[in-house]
Amino acid sequence: MLKQRISIKDNGAEAALFYRRALVAGIGMALLSCLLLANLYWLQVVNHDTYQTRSNDNRIKVVPVAPPRGLIFDRNGVLLAENRPVFSLEIVPDQTQDLHGMVKQLIQLLDLDPSTEEQFYREVKRTRRFNPVPLVEQLTDEQVARFSVNQHRFPGADIEAYLKRFYPYGETLTHALGYVARINVKDLQRLDEAGKLANYAATRDIGKLGVEKYYEDQLHGQAGYQEVEVNNRGRVIRTLKYQPPVAGQDIYLNVDIRLQQKAQQLLAGRRGGIVLMDPRDGSVLALESSPSYDPNLFVRGISSRDYSALLNDPARPLINRTSQGGYAPASTVKPLLSIMGLNEGLITPQTRFFGGPTFQIPGVARKWRDWKRWGHGWMDMHRAIEVSADTFFYDLAFRAGIDTLHDYMSRFGFGNYSGLDIYEESTGIMPSRQWKQSRWRQPWYQGDTISVGIGQGYWTATPIQLARAHSILTQHGRNIVPHLLRSVGAPDGEQTPYRVTQEPALTVKNDGFWQEAMEGMYLVLNGPEGTARRAFAGTPYKAAGKSGTAQVVNMKENEKYDASRLKEEHRDNALFVAFAPYEEPTAVVAMILENAGGGSANAAPVARALLDAYLLGKYDDEPAPEEKKP
Amino acid sequence: MMSHGRPTSLWQRLHIDLPLLLGLLSLLGVSLVVLYSASGMHPEMLVRQIIRTSLAFAVMIGLAQLPPSFYSRWAPPVFALGVVLLICVLAFGHIGKGAQRWLDLGVIKFQPSEILKLVMPMTIAAYLSSHPLPPRFKHLVIALVMVLVPTLLIAKQPDLGTAILVAVSGIFAIFLGGISWALILAAGALVAAFLPVLWFFLMHDYQRQRVLTFLNPESDPLGSGYHIIQSKIAIGSGGLFGKGWLNGTQSQLEFLPERHTDFIFAVFSEEFGLIGFCLLLALYLYVIARCMIISVNAQGSFERLLGGALTLTFFVYVFVNIGMVSGLLPVVGVPLPLVSYGGTSMVTLAAGFGILMSIQTHRRLLA
Repeated sequence: MLKQRISIKDNGAEAALFYRRALVAGIGMALLSCLLLANLYWLQVVNHDTYQTRSNDNRIKVVPVAPPRGLIFDRNGVLLAENRPVFSLEIVPDQTQDLHGMVKQLIQLLDLDPSTEEQFYREVKRTRRFNPVPLVEQLTDEQVARFSVNQHRFPGADIEAYLKRFYPYGETLTHALGYVARINVKDLQRLDEAGKLANYAATRDIGKLGVEKYYEDQLHGQAGYQEVEVNNRGRVIRTLKYQPPVAGQDIYLNVDIRLQQKAQQLLAGRRGGIVLMDPRDGSVLALESSPSYDPNLFVRGISSRDYSALLNDPARPLINRTSQGGYAPASTVKPLLSIMGLNEGLITPQTRFFGGPTFQIPGVARKWRDWKRWGHGWMDMHRAIEVSADTFFYDLAFRAGIDTLHDYMSRFGFGNYSGLDIYEESTGIMPSRQWKQSRWRQPWYQGDTISVGIGQGYWTATPIQLARAHSILTQHGRNIVPHLLRSVGAPDGEQTPYRVTQEPALTVKNDGFWQEAMEGMYLVLNGPEGTARRAFAGTPYKAAGKSGTAQVVNMKENEKYDASRLKEEHRDNALFVAFAPYEEPTAVVAMILENAGGGSANAAPVARALLDAYLLGKYDDEPAPEEKKP
Repeated sequence: MMSHGRPTSLWQRLHIDLPLLLGLLSLLGVSLVVLYSASGMHPEMLVRQIIRTSLAFAVMIGLAQLPPSFYSRWAPPVFALGVVLLICVLAFGHIGKGAQRWLDLGVIKFQPSEILKLVMPMTIAAYLSSHPLPPRFKHLVIALVMVLVPTLLIAKQPDLGTAILVAVSGIFAIFLGGISWALILAAGALVAAFLPVLWFFLMHDYQRQRVLTFLNPESDPLGSGYHIIQSKIAIGSGGLFGKGWLNGTQSQLEFLPERHTDFIFAVFSEEFGLIGFCLLLALYLYVIARCMIISVNAQGSFERLLGGALTLTFFVYVFVNIGMVSGLLPVVGVPLPLVSYGGTSMVTLAAGFGILMSIQTHRRLLA
């Protein structure tokens, strides 16, 4: 205390004081160092596992890898649907400095449509900023080159390679093959409900139509994944683990593309549908609906202009006429009705019937006209089919009644899905009392049955149904299910063939009935009065068939049908069904030409041309895919 | 002690303290190794760091040539000038990263606050040692005012980290000067009472945010808590032995922010683990111990107080940086001394060591 008052510096005492203080400070520093050490021990040893995990969570991301889609071949191994690499230009908005300026420059550099910009920003708004957004889905080789040279000017923009579906035959088989397109919200919902969403994490396209949709599960495959190390901006630095995807299975169709091309040529410029199938097992060799369209448009993402053009085309190219078109089957069903008549004992092969110009229900004034103004005169069942006598079948239907008729025709597959392996199918209408009640809230009148007896009235059927029904006929009642799929081939070559059912669709009292009906059809093509004898004159094989001419508008009792005076869409539909060779049929053709007029004159030559091609191998040339730049 | 009996050794004549120099060089070696990894293996950054280090060492050796008496004489006027400059910075300073710290002199931009880091302990030491120690109450009050004025000016810039370091360097000089324990306790109580005032009236929002983030970093994992979370993940995932040099995923993949400056310790810990930390800490403690020995052996009170204050401040640097990076302390902008990338702090630190070398090597001449 004294020292402090008198200002004399005592260096020794000050040094001792400093020494003491320095010692305290030293102890303090030692303690704080221990504190740091303890904290580091806590982080690095005690909690090491936690932080190790969080560090890995930071850097490791699991990225799904899309499996390559299975290919589709025709029965001869011709490629119908393949995967081609395409290059798309993608931008990660978060990695760009001046997004708007860059997009403008890119549009100029790559000579893009100005509307691209608007579309791009719409997509940007829907995507998180650090995810890539495609600016152009498919770059041409030149665009790829131009971008690559200038890539350094566009940080955040990159070219990504994808596999995109391509259909080399273009519009040739669209309705059967279908197409794939971008997965949309509805698809996602469906996949989610089916528990398949995870498998589609990296997939961009999904089967939307036809075989591509029906066999989606086989074609898609199993997604793989990649464990990648990413940096703080999500950029992939390296791959840590790679679980390769399992490619989708290739599938082989029953379709013969040469025959399909032939069918396409035959229907070119006309509205209609044609099916050729093997009646023995139901394999569909050709399924042409005309007009068609290019499925590749949809894969690329169809523009709204192109789409509305397809949608509003009066020829309705989007409809699959072979499986969705409900047409009055007209006289093509007469052989099937005669099977009913024989089995129900309503007629015998020898029954004599006089066909006048009209048919009348006893006690009813209304007259149902035969297609021939003066009638056919005396006939038996064979001649009734040969000349397609309406009155014979009016009478048969009247006597059978709608219930029996409905029962038999349902067994031939009318009013039901044919089982064809695409989803675009309608059942058509096989009318019954119940159907009329629920559809029209009216009871069934006796008169309704009469026109059903010649395949008109309320009755509608699709060409595939007709092909199926006549296949059942040729197979003596065995159930035949039409199908496009031939086999599913695993990548190693092992194939799983489509299995064919054997159970009967219809059993009759006398197996000879089938032959009686087919004999009638033989006469249609070969008899002296056969309606299609001209079209089938001189075939090197024996064929049988049945024509059909379906009224599109009802005519009055005495009105004369004059095609030239009718609007085109009111003209008759031409139908034809045929099978060959007669002894042991290997092909059934069923077809319709809309508003083409009489079936024997207009449809029969087309059916014959297709049968010729198939049975005689008469193809114009080898199949040549329409090579188009994607 | 070492050079006591050998007045004419080469190092002595060069005014270089060899044990201290070796410690500093070791730390700089560590710096280059970690920087190479933290910079993502960019040699340019290493070259720049080496140039800065050379410059800093030149400053250190230059300052070591000047005798301590020079510092005690010139410290007060430089201190006054520093305070004036701080006021200038506030009036028309250059704004960088949201804070006014730089003074643009046309040719160079510099931070007056850096000078204060050295001049503050010098001035306090000179003032206190001009009176008998322990200091009388009147002198204590004057010394405290001398500490507070520049501290507040720097805190106002705002630069909390530097303000703390400047204040601490002055306070350490007062502590070492022999302020009575009763007063230390009273001051502690006063500071505790002052904390709410600091919180509500003096701190900026971002500073408050830093403190809140420090208390609970997980509350804002992508915002202000990101730094500290990523840093703790880096350190924790390093474990006992570390992931190995250049293998730190947190740093190499850039999850760790400011990894070559303030958060370089996290890079170091991730790659070298707890073992590496122990070695680094030993290196720092060796340098500190050497500096304390120099201070204790110094012959005058000014030298002792200045040396001790500089040494303790250096320790505070180390402690605050490691503490904040490992989540013990709130994030304040303090680099890891001699290891972090950056020129200004490197030069200031080297200057401090130059003064310590001056204290050590000019002893016999003064005696």
